Amino acid sequence: MSIHKQKNFRMLAVALLAVGATMSAAQADDDRDERYGWRLGEKSAGKYGGENRGKPLQPAQTNAKFQKECSDCHIAYAPGLLPAKSWRKVMAGLDKHFGSDASLDAQDNKEITAFLVNNASNRWSAPTAPLKITEAAWFKRKHDGHEISPAVWKNPLVKSPANCAACHPRADRGDFNEHDIRLPK
Amino acid sequence: MFRIFHIWSLVAVAGLAAQPAFAETHNEILASIQKEAAGTPGFQGFSAARGESFFKSKHGGEWSCASCHTENPAAPGKHAKTGKVIDPLAPSANAERFTSPKKVNKWFKRNCNDVLSRACTPQEKGDMLAYLLTVKK
Repeated sequence: MSIHKQKNFRMLAVALLAVGATMSAAQADDDRDERYGWRLGEKSAGKYGGENRGKPLQPAQTNAKFQKECSDCHIAYAPGLLPAKSWRKVMAGLDKHFGSDASLDAQDNKEITAFLVNNASNRWSAPTAPLKITEAAWFKRKHDGHEISPAVWKNPLVKSPANCAACHPRADRGDFNEHDIRLPK
Repeated sequence: MFRIFHIWSLVAVAGLAAQPAFAETHNEILASIQKEAAGTPGFQGFSAARGESFFKSKHGGEWSCASCHTENPAAPGKHAKTGKVIDPLAPSANAERFTSPKKVNKWFKRNCNDVLSRACTPQEKGDMLAYLLTVKK
């Protein structure tokens, strides 16, 4: 093998290793932060100061009424994204739902509230109950300046951080797998 | 003879039961709004022209009906806040529209509140549906 060829071979090996490393980082479970949580002194409060989304985000058996009614104006946000207390507040204030009236009749409201509350985040230990998913500590950490460049938020195809599906194509099914993230160009 | 009649009535009942619950035609919906409006003093029928101007005007708030449904109700619209696509509102372009009283009530309540900060009157609802029924695909 000539020196030149050897050099190429070495470069290829380095490149392959780099690809491998990137892939394993991407494949790492989104719980990897959990293992380091104790270093940040979060052990007592739980991850993200207790404001963590649930696992799973959506139960295997969904609710037809939830799917239909909550996806009229936006995607049906998975119940595990917020704690039960948040869902109770959201559902009690549907007539003033982020600037528009999204009220339901009493029976539908009751059924959907029950579904959301029963499948709310099971890893939320803080007493907080934000109305906005984007105000949860886990959300802020996952979408901070280190993770997402500010330019992404300015893209008109993204429009708003509430528009999960702009980058998470299966968000409507409660699937936010890191492999599937596609930042719109 | 009685027996035959009996069988046919069973078939008819089975046929009705197979229909989706509460499905109506837009004309039946219009008739029920008319029934409501007829009870108000001075009611003289619905006007598609009045409905069109109601649909395209703002009523003191930030939005008109057309803000989301566009100036052409036979075309798809877009939610003013979330950007989600809204299927056409005119029955000529979307046969499903104005066929479920539950859905009609739900959306009139929501959208009248958003556009007018109050409920719509039967007159306003009827004018608007009369207009939407004149919109060609």
